[in-house]
Amino acid sequence: MFAREEEVLAAAARWRREGQGVALATVVQTWGSAPRPVGSHLVVDAEGRFLGSVSGGCVEGAVVAEATEVIADGQARLLEFGVADETAWQVGLSCGGRISVYVEKVD
Amino acid sequence: MDLALLEALNAERAARRATVLVTELGSGRQRLVRPSDVEGDPLAAPLAEAFRTGKSALVEEGNERVFLTAQVPSPRLVITGAVHISQALAPMAALADFSVTIIDPRTAFATAERFPGVDIRAEWPEVALPALRLDPHTALVALTHDPKIDDPALAAALAAGCFYVGALGSRKTHANRLERLAGRGHAPDQLARIHAPIGLDIGSVSPAEIAVAILGEVIADLRRKPLRRERAA
Repeated sequence: MFAREEEVLAAAARWRREGQGVALATVVQTWGSAPRPVGSHLVVDAEGRFLGSVSGGCVEGAVVAEATEVIADGQARLLEFGVADETAWQVGLSCGGRISVYVEKVD
Repeated sequence: MDLALLEALNAERAARRATVLVTELGSGRQRLVRPSDVEGDPLAAPLAEAFRTGKSALVEEGNERVFLTAQVPSPRLVITGAVHISQALAPMAALADFSVTIIDPRTAFATAERFPGVDIRAEWPEVALPALRLDPHTALVALTHDPKIDDPALAAALAAGCFYVGALGSRKTHANRLERLAGRGHAPDQLARIHAPIGLDIGSVSPAEIAVAILGEVIADLRRKPLRRERAA
């Protein structure tokens, strides 16, 4: 389902109220050409269901995987993606930009 | 994030009130800031900027990195005329993140059947508009061709500083409209704000194509003219 930006935050609260483990990912910084603006959100539940986006689909898989760990251990993380980080991450941004994504648990 | 804080953020958005969520990325500490709280806050300058531009931003505060999630009222589209073009425009605008309301006192047009899931008011603009509280985050599009319905809505939109005001009709229709509105006391520079003929010139023919042209023009004003909205706010 296509989600408007505000529906992502509404879903985060709804899923948590329904008893799901939920993490919220936020684009906090971008450098160069980045697919989604600062402040964009992606919400993830413990089963890997997600809504919204932090990139054009390039790094969502990695963010969802990381988010399930954030749900498990409760520790917020700051993730960086970009072509410069190819050795650290298996995924990157084909547009050549870099983004920084904050992932936190909703509790 | 605390669920109660997230729900407070969601409630502020639903009430169309500007809010900033402050997140200290190191400690994870978070708080909500409202416009009235900005003065005296250690982050007063970046907070004011976030409220002014509606843009989220990362701020370096000493050794601490702080993220400001700016949440300003989402853009709204108010349409007079539950007409064929509106049937295409309403769902397109909703997809593009607009909250959509349609006003048309003609009950044969303003039916839930013709506009499934749309906020539709079968009322005269004079009745419906005060409750909607037009503001600089709102676009007003007049599509009925009927001066009795469109004129009062256009007048209200100009007075409220709506970021976009547009009216359907030929150049001749619009010239007559400008004369009527001038007669109601609107200044020429105010009247010049009305987009007419409405929509980007892309050679639209069908109602859906006209809806694309209108939505394109509304988005252009939303994204390119933030200063007007700020002045009016």
